[in-house]
Amino acid sequence: MSENWNITLKVSRQKEGEKPHFDEFKIEVDPDEYVLDAVERVWAFMDRTVCFRHACHHSTCGACGMRVNNVEKLTCITYIRDVTHDGGVLKLEPLRNFPIISDLAVDMGSLYNRLETVGVRAILPAPEAEIENPPATWDSADQQYIRLADCIECGLCISACPSAATSSEYLGPAVLAGVQANGIKGNPEMLNIVDAEDGVWRCHSAFECTAVCPSYVDPARRIMNLRTQVIKERFTRLFHKA
Amino acid sequence: MSKPQAIIVGAGFTGAATAHDLALRGFDVTVIERGDICNGTSGRTHGLLHCGGRYAVKDQESAIECIDENILLRKIVPQVIEPNGGLFIALNESDLQYRDVFIQGCEACHIPLEELTPEQALRLEPNINPKLLTAFLIPDGTFDPLRLALSFAATAKKNGAKFRIFTEATSLILDGKGGVIGVNILDRASNKPYELRADIVVNATGAWAGEIAEMAGASVPVKPTPGVMVAYDQRFVQRAINRLNTPGDGDIVLPQRRMVVVGTTSFEIDDLDYVPVLEDHVKLMLERGAELIPGIRNARVRGKYMATRPLISSGSGRSAARTFKCYDHKETHNIDGLVTITGGKATTLRAMAEGTADMVCKKLGLNAPCTTKDVLLLSYRQYYSLPN
Repeated sequence: MSENWNITLKVSRQKEGEKPHFDEFKIEVDPDEYVLDAVERVWAFMDRTVCFRHACHHSTCGACGMRVNNVEKLTCITYIRDVTHDGGVLKLEPLRNFPIISDLAVDMGSLYNRLETVGVRAILPAPEAEIENPPATWDSADQQYIRLADCIECGLCISACPSAATSSEYLGPAVLAGVQANGIKGNPEMLNIVDAEDGVWRCHSAFECTAVCPSYVDPARRIMNLRTQVIKERFTRLFHKA
Repeated sequence: MSKPQAIIVGAGFTGAATAHDLALRGFDVTVIERGDICNGTSGRTHGLLHCGGRYAVKDQESAIECIDENILLRKIVPQVIEPNGGLFIALNESDLQYRDVFIQGCEACHIPLEELTPEQALRLEPNINPKLLTAFLIPDGTFDPLRLALSFAATAKKNGAKFRIFTEATSLILDGKGGVIGVNILDRASNKPYELRADIVVNATGAWAGEIAEMAGASVPVKPTPGVMVAYDQRFVQRAINRLNTPGDGDIVLPQRRMVVVGTTSFEIDDLDYVPVLEDHVKLMLERGAELIPGIRNARVRGKYMATRPLISSGSGRSAARTFKCYDHKETHNIDGLVTITGGKATTLRAMAEGTADMVCKKLGLNAPCTTKDVLLLSYRQYYSLPN
């Protein structure tokens, strides 16, 4: 056990119809606790009106994303030690580019809608899921394994994306990454959805999405690859028509 | 005739599944939840889609519920399940002594099993302890806890149920004659109180069931029993790996996305709203988990967390039955208009909802059979897109 720290949680507060402001909570923490543990204790012992989202507490559900000292974090796996110091401040704000329900909780409906519209797969054959520690070789039997996709639909990439801030219609990194994983070959409908102003071309290659992704999805690389797929598909169709 | 009105308190597994069941039976359902969906026990569930093997020796009622519901959930909600099966493995003499009763128990509970040689087991799962003595292949699976609940909630919404999140039950409205007729509510998003009335209030708050029942002067023999789990940063296996022995601490390792999760422990608490993750329990998970999968020793911890099981207090800790129970408080405390559902396992959420909805229909004199066994659930994402 390490020495406990005394820190200040500066929590963004906003109830329906009110202006946003910050409330400060002084709290003793073990630096090896997660940010979410501290938020939960504020609710349990200091202020029952604080609203925030959380479910799995181990990075599989994607509910607890927040901005922690101006950076998007999945708070259930973010050690307090890594984001502040003894006597320091943790500024907690809701994710950007989503409507605020209350305090730290946002409405992620737009993301889920878009993921559904383009048919991003929630489960897929394990060999396609880019596992880092597979059995020595994937043999035919392994093809039968199904696993939940890497993307946990947490919205951190949408919050961090400077392009998402400029257009509320932009499909966004998580959605484009899902389309890339599915592929667009021979799918003219999907090609038209992503080969558009609010599709792959809205991305400014800021790579913020990849920087904040807590789940190895690497959306920026996938968007770059999807652009290649789009160009390839356009060329193929051009010559195919001719 | 207008629809019967039901308020369900709690949007965990049982709340979401009961909303789905009652909505299909023609109820006007409103679910209230003080946080977001699955913020309590359900969201932090280990994620094992039990085949019942764990309970096949000492708690066969639960084991049969598990295998039956396991088969059903694979059909109605495949979108959230890793259906890759599981292994029970023996690592020492004590484990081997459990072999015969395990086979008998599984056969008695119609749980299909196949014994493998250590070599066969290692071919399937190269990262399990190579010193294993025998192994059984069984139809376990794993699931994403939040998305399992969301799938039920989405389908309930499609059938008219309303979900009011960040909405806390502050007290129950009584009719002065010993009956519950509604709930006093605080909308936490706006800090505004209001009241909601209904023909029936369903207390689906799991480990917190005692607190809601107490608002009406009733009680429920639920014993909140937390356990600690640790997620590691490497997917060592494709199947659930169980220790072949009497259920104990840290004897299940599950794959989930790129992780494995080791669980769990069992202890008692006073304050339900914040339970610390005990460091000695975390160390125990490493020790026990590494017996099953030695590579865990060199993996990075991804998350340490706990969940509080709502055990029905017929025994204590490991010996308490994992089956569920519905209480009609008219029968237990002469309080009408209130039923409580608690106990159970995530795997049996649909059956828990069926039992609860049956009780509700019987109380209200309605003849509406359960149809949830045959209804394929909507995409969990539609929970967020369907209107409330």
